[in-house]
Amino acid sequence: MPDLGKYAGDVLLAYGFGLTLIAGIVALSIWQSWRAKQKLEQAERK
Amino acid sequence: MSIWEYANPHRFMALTARILPVLAVLSAAFLLTGLIWGFFFTPDDFKQGSTIKIIYLHVPAAFAAINAWIMMLVASIIWFIRRHPVSALTARAAAPVGIAMTLIALATGAIWGKPMWGTYWAWDPRLTSFLILFVFYIGYVALWEAIENPEVAADLTSVLCLVGSVFALLSRYAVNLWNQGLHQGATLSLDKETNIDNTFFVPLLLCLAGFTLLFLTLVLLRTRTHIRLRRASALIARQARA
Repeated sequence: MPDLGKYAGDVLLAYGFGLTLIAGIVALSIWQSWRAKQKLEQAERK
Repeated sequence: MSIWEYANPHRFMALTARILPVLAVLSAAFLLTGLIWGFFFTPDDFKQGSTIKIIYLHVPAAFAAINAWIMMLVASIIWFIRRHPVSALTARAAAPVGIAMTLIALATGAIWGKPMWGTYWAWDPRLTSFLILFVFYIGYVALWEAIENPEVAADLTSVLCLVGSVFALLSRYAVNLWNQGLHQGATLSLDKETNIDNTFFVPLLLCLAGFTLLFLTLVLLRTRTHIRLRRASALIARQARA
């Protein structure tokens, strides 16, 4: 871990927020893709 | 082969199935390398201290947020002119990714602003136009969700996209146009004297490439999702009529 000095809280907060949002939009996109695939397969089976 | 042949959903699905895994691996590689390099292996700035490390999230996210809207604008114009549903769905797919990027840029900018400017927020031309762009993103997604007829939704959201483009461009050029406010000018420049030092520039370039590749990956994945959902809705409607 690098020494972030007196700004450690700000830098870690920015990284925590940014990386959480990136992970969130990736997870949401994958989940929605999986759900759409299931819905289409179900419709095609009928 | 013409590029317009990929406006056919079957061709688009076949092509993107092949290129998506490659794009995903490349975006993860560029993003992880850039962020790890920037966070762990770059020195502090003589003025800004360790807060300079926020640049590896803030600048690429802002770059992606503006370019996402420009990409939506191009897709919307294609929809208006050629009426290709894939172009309208691509614009729709890009919007939530644009929201995430705008939010990252706004939040990291506010966090960076507090120790450097003494405030989280100021009604500065660039910050304000960026906030308006964020509101346009929300409105764009809400409009798609609110209208049932996909053709009408594509038409109206395309008009909204045209109007919002003013703020996408303003948020990029606000500093040059008004020449006032707290936000600095462009971080990257072709002029070696004004461009940031290579120590910070190389990992920043990797992050810019990583965010751009991630944006492309997510847009393609989400466009495939919308194509599948539209196909499923058409099948369900046909079964209901039979």
